[in-house]
Amino acid sequence: MLAKRIIPCLDVKDGRVVKGVKFLNLKDAGDPVEVAQIYDKEEADEIVFLDITASYEKRQIMLDVVRRTAETVFMPLTVGGGIRNLDDIRDLLNAGTDKVSINTASVKDPELVKRAAERFGSQCIVVAIDAKRTGKGLKWEVYINGGRTPTGIDALEWGKKVEALGAGEILLTSMDKDGTRDGYDIELTKAFSENLSIPIIASGGAGNLEHLQDVLTNGKADAALAASIFHFREYSVKDTKEFLKKKGVEVRT
Amino acid sequence: MITIVDYGMGNLRSVQKAFELFCPKVRVSSSARDIAAASKVVLPGVGAFGKAMEELEKKGLVDALKDAIKSGRPFLGICLGIQLLFPESEEAGRVKGLGILKGKVRKFDNSLGLKIPHMGWNKIKFKDQDSRSRILEGVPDGSHMYFVHSYYVEPEDKDAVLCETEYGDIFASAIQKDNIYAFQFHPEKSQKIGLNIVKNFAEL
Repeated sequence: MLAKRIIPCLDVKDGRVVKGVKFLNLKDAGDPVEVAQIYDKEEADEIVFLDITASYEKRQIMLDVVRRTAETVFMPLTVGGGIRNLDDIRDLLNAGTDKVSINTASVKDPELVKRAAERFGSQCIVVAIDAKRTGKGLKWEVYINGGRTPTGIDALEWGKKVEALGAGEILLTSMDKDGTRDGYDIELTKAFSENLSIPIIASGGAGNLEHLQDVLTNGKADAALAASIFHFREYSVKDTKEFLKKKGVEVRT
Repeated sequence: MITIVDYGMGNLRSVQKAFELFCPKVRVSSSARDIAAASKVVLPGVGAFGKAMEELEKKGLVDALKDAIKSGRPFLGICLGIQLLFPESEEAGRVKGLGILKGKVRKFDNSLGLKIPHMGWNKIKFKDQDSRSRILEGVPDGSHMYFVHSYYVEPEDKDAVLCETEYGDIFASAIQKDNIYAFQFHPEKSQKIGLNIVKNFAEL
C-alpha cells in the first residue's frame, strides 16, 4: 500500500532559512542544505523548499542551494516560489530538483502548466493553490502573489482545470488555517481529494500530530506538509510517523 | 566506467551523484561512443514513453543501447528506463520501444479511485526468497521505495520479476533478466536503502 507522506517545508530567502529553525548541533541552522540533511536522516518522505527571495535576479542563489542539496540528500526535493517560465523550471530540474511547484504563474498563464507537463512530464509539475474561504458555503477562492491578491477563481474548479492541463500533484494551502496551528482545513482538503484524481498535499494549520492524522484520514490527503512543528523540534519526523502508525495510518517507518 | 545515458528526459544529477558515491568514474553522456565504451550502462528517465524513444532515435542511441545489453555488460533501467525495455506502451500507441524484454506497459486503472500518478513510498515484496539477486543484497523484503509513474510493466517472463508492488493491482516493480536490472522505483531517491541498490549495481 502506498504510504502517506510527511513533508517538512522550509522557507528560504536569499539562500537562507527563515522563520527561526531551532536545531541543535548544526554548524549553521540557517543553511537549508544542513537542515535538509537532518530531515533526510529522520526519513522525511520528501522535502519542499519555498523560495521567498523577493528579487528575481537573485534566483541563482537558490539554484546553488539546490545543487548542494542534491549532492548529499537522496530524497525527493520540490522547489517552489517565483517560477515564471519553462527556463526557470529547466534550471531548477538541472540543478537537482525533482519537482517544481508553480503558483502565481499558473494562474497568470495556465498554458504554462500544460507546456511544462509536456516538456518535463506531469510527475514533476506541482501546482500550488492558496485557497481562502469565501464565506458562501463550501467555496474557496484562489489567491496569488503570496496570498496577497484575490483572483475571483473558485479553488476547486481551478484544481480540476490544472489537473486537466497536466499537473501531477496539488500543493493545497488553506490561507484561513495557515499560521493558526489549530489544524488543517479538512473540508477543503477532502473536497479536493474526492474531486481530483491526482495526489493532494495538504498544507496550512498543523499544530500537533492529531492534526496530521486528521488531514490524512478525514481529509483524505495523500501527504501532509508542515513547517513550524518540525522546525521548532516540537516533534521529529520520526515521532510523527510513530504516532501515525500507532493510529493506523499507513506511513513509512 | 559507468555511463548514465542522457537523452533529455529529466534530471540526471541525482542519479549521477548517487553513483559517484560508490564509483569513481561516472559519466553522463548522450553519445553512442560513451555507451559502447562503458563497463556498465544506466538508462534513467522520467516523462513520456513516445518522446523518450523519439529522443533516443534522434540521438542515434537505440542501437548503442541494444548492443550494450547484448554484450552482457550490466545494464540498469530506472523508472521510464524499465518501460523502454519493452516493445510498446499504452502511453504511446504504435511507437516502438527497445523491445529487449517481452511484455506490455500498461496504465494504472483509475476507475477504482486510484490516484495517478502513483507517487510516493510503497513497499517492494520479493518474488522468490530463494533466488535473491545480488542487486538486492542488504535490502529487506517489504522495504519502502520512492515511486512516481502512471504506467507499469507487465513482463511475459514471470521468472524475471524480482519484486512486486501493490497499487490497485500488483505490478512488477523490479526485474532482472541476465545482465539486465530494471526498477520502476527510484533507487537514487529512496534514501539509505535505495543507495544500497546503487552500491550493489556499482559493485557488480
